Amino acid sequence: MSVELKQYQAPVWNEPVILDMGYPGRRGVLFAAVEPEIRQHVGDASDLIPFAMRRQDRPALPELSEPEVLYHYLRLSQQTLGMMGISLFGTCTMKYNPQINEAMAWRPEITELHPLQHEDTMQGALEIVHNMDLMLRELSGMDQFVFQAGGGSEAAFTNCAVTRAYHASKGELEQRDEVIVTIQTHPCNPATAAAAGFKVITLMLDESGYPSLDALKAVVSNRTAAIMVNNPDDMGVYNPDMKEWVRIVHEAGGLAFYDAANFNGTMSKLRAREIGFDACMFMLHKTFGAPKSGVGGPATGAYGVSSELAPFLPSPLVVRDGDRYRLDADRPQSVGKIREFLGNVQVVLKAYAWTRSMGAEGIAQASDISVLSNNYMEKGLLAIRGVTRSHPEATTPRMEMTRYSFQQMKEETGVDIHDVQNRMSDFGIDPLWASHEPWLLPEPFTPEAGEMYGKEALDRWIAVIARISDEAYSDPELVKTSPHNQAVHRLKPGMIDDPSSRSMTWRAFKRKMAATG
Amino acid sequence: MGEAAARATGLDVTVIHHADQEQTSATDTASAAATMADRGVSLILFVGGDGTARDVLSATSDRVPLLGVPAGVKMHSAVFGTTPANAGHLAALFLARHPSARLRDAEVMDLDEDAIRAGRVSAHLHGHARSPYERRLVQNAKAGSVPGETESLDAVARQVAAQMRPDHLYILGPGTTTRRVADALGIPSTLLGVDAVLNGESIGLDLDEQALLRAMEGRETEIIVGVLGGQGSLFGRGNQQISAEVIRRVGRHRIQVISTVQKLIALSTGALQVDTGDPEMDAMLAGHLPVLTGPGRTTLVRVQA
Repeated sequence: MSVELKQYQAPVWNEPVILDMGYPGRRGVLFAAVEPEIRQHVGDASDLIPFAMRRQDRPALPELSEPEVLYHYLRLSQQTLGMMGISLFGTCTMKYNPQINEAMAWRPEITELHPLQHEDTMQGALEIVHNMDLMLRELSGMDQFVFQAGGGSEAAFTNCAVTRAYHASKGELEQRDEVIVTIQTHPCNPATAAAAGFKVITLMLDESGYPSLDALKAVVSNRTAAIMVNNPDDMGVYNPDMKEWVRIVHEAGGLAFYDAANFNGTMSKLRAREIGFDACMFMLHKTFGAPKSGVGGPATGAYGVSSELAPFLPSPLVVRDGDRYRLDADRPQSVGKIREFLGNVQVVLKAYAWTRSMGAEGIAQASDISVLSNNYMEKGLLAIRGVTRSHPEATTPRMEMTRYSFQQMKEETGVDIHDVQNRMSDFGIDPLWASHEPWLLPEPFTPEAGEMYGKEALDRWIAVIARISDEAYSDPELVKTSPHNQAVHRLKPGMIDDPSSRSMTWRAFKRKMAATG
Repeated sequence: MGEAAARATGLDVTVIHHADQEQTSATDTASAAATMADRGVSLILFVGGDGTARDVLSATSDRVPLLGVPAGVKMHSAVFGTTPANAGHLAALFLARHPSARLRDAEVMDLDEDAIRAGRVSAHLHGHARSPYERRLVQNAKAGSVPGETESLDAVARQVAAQMRPDHLYILGPGTTTRRVADALGIPSTLLGVDAVLNGESIGLDLDEQALLRAMEGRETEIIVGVLGGQGSLFGRGNQQISAEVIRRVGRHRIQVISTVQKLIALSTGALQVDTGDPEMDAMLAGHLPVLTGPGRTTLVRVQA
């Protein structure tokens, strides 16, 4: 494999912070004076604001013209890689978000939808939500989905709330106060379990890459409320004992929740319910082709359950009565609201469009490609000096991700993962994503190829890592002082870890600068 | 003592100690380390094993941070880099005042030479040295942040203290982790010894096995220990006072272990070690054991003899 790397140089604008720009009195829009008749009718505009809420002083905002604002933000956007390189962020399941789906989400039928309007006037939107529910039921074997959660963590919290309500309905909530996770379960699961008042028990992995059945048996008891697990986890290792895990937990009276954040490699190949799980969640903003939005939303954690748990789901649910769709809020056992109204309906719409256009066969193929691509990358990456993978002895092939480590490179050359990240951006591709905490493997990285990129893109990504490895072993300073082709140099390490040197607002920045001179 | 080697690498050296004999001894180590401490060096980087760590700590009385370059196998002290290269990397970060280099208290274990001659490995807790480690800096939004080790341990210690039951005797093992429990209760404690607590009061400091057994008489007892040393020892290295007999009377289910997740992840064998000198007791302790890693957080770890 010989890939010639593209020349890349980021634009350097040295753009100031917007609060340092502008001239007193400059304006983007000049408003016409209020006509006398209107003033007579409405009164003074400032009187519309309650006295206690009125500003005493004018806000200290930058004063700029409209084009100046546009140029500024255009330049800033030019200084980022803009997710237009090769973004193989593990666990993020990066996909192309078709423009036509965006266009549909911008149609007034969605944007002008009022959350309080009568259900008779939004039958189309409700139909889409209901049909998405049906498709996810098909993929998971669950009996009912809800789309209220604005992301994976909120769906995990929904699960904890439902778990609480379920055990409370049996009079066992006080006794069942433990949730079991693995050290590789996504952090939102133990975090939301703790937030919901459960004690969290974490299982470590053994040599095979997943916790042993013995470890599970050692902690399952009549105090077990639920297990919350990913499968495969972020190392790409699929735990083949999962049916037995669920059986053991059920036997003890606990519930089993499948965080299907890493669904890409198994979609259409297995159903959570058929493994025995009582509940699961999908990320519509990753697996189902809606934009991920750079960890900030809008997102949707689709949460689905068996019929036994359905009465506890948040309200309202979208249900179908004959030819009509309605919102069912008359659900006495419901945990109530996790988020307002129906959640992010525009994300559901985009996921619906993606799923319909892929079809069952397309989804099965995408799943195969994502596993194939990862195993292709694994061959290339493990051939690179200084790169190793987790659980090297484990024989089962990895699914859609593999966890690698640069520890060997770091020990032999002093070049660590942050150096590699910085250097990657010199080649115009997005720096790799390391891994969720805790780092079981030192200097970890976890690319996820997915089904979107062609072989050339994967080859280029591998070639960049190979090139950086060569540089690390021949000229480590080149890597350690990178980036060299970027809009800015490397930031001083530790700045954002130190509260005295980071600021969330301009005011705080000025105060801290004054304090440190 | 390293002068030739240091010069060979092109370093500008100041010689502070001349050994009297060809073969240097512990006295030379101690003398050189004391001189370095007196001269106010930032870090003492030494090559050796547990014995060297002990000699350097004794000579410097913890005035200077220590970092060991491992020159042997299976060090019990926690002041060593995982490999010589890692120790060098860590020393470079620390000396450059890199924000990821931090200091923490690390156990220095004292090997029992008589026991080794008798064919047994036995180590006592000699003391604690401030030693650099590399913490990870915030990198991006999705990675999240790691709770600080100090904050996690303090939170667990407060919870353990708050959940102590009346009229139960609590045996606090040595080390800085268990000291946090005593601090949470606001009672005195010993760093290297085993202490006993009853109804929120200290009823004995630095107790030996017999004193522990006497204190336990007629009382429900629980053991609270941390993980000691570089090998992840639970019992038998540094807390021998909590003997097989003491553990037997307490019972396995009344052992509370406190540790950070980071320390558990770093266990080289993936397991905690027990070596109580009683094979039957070691077998009883083996298997999975819950370790308190945060308030309301438990991590299940394998124990092996």
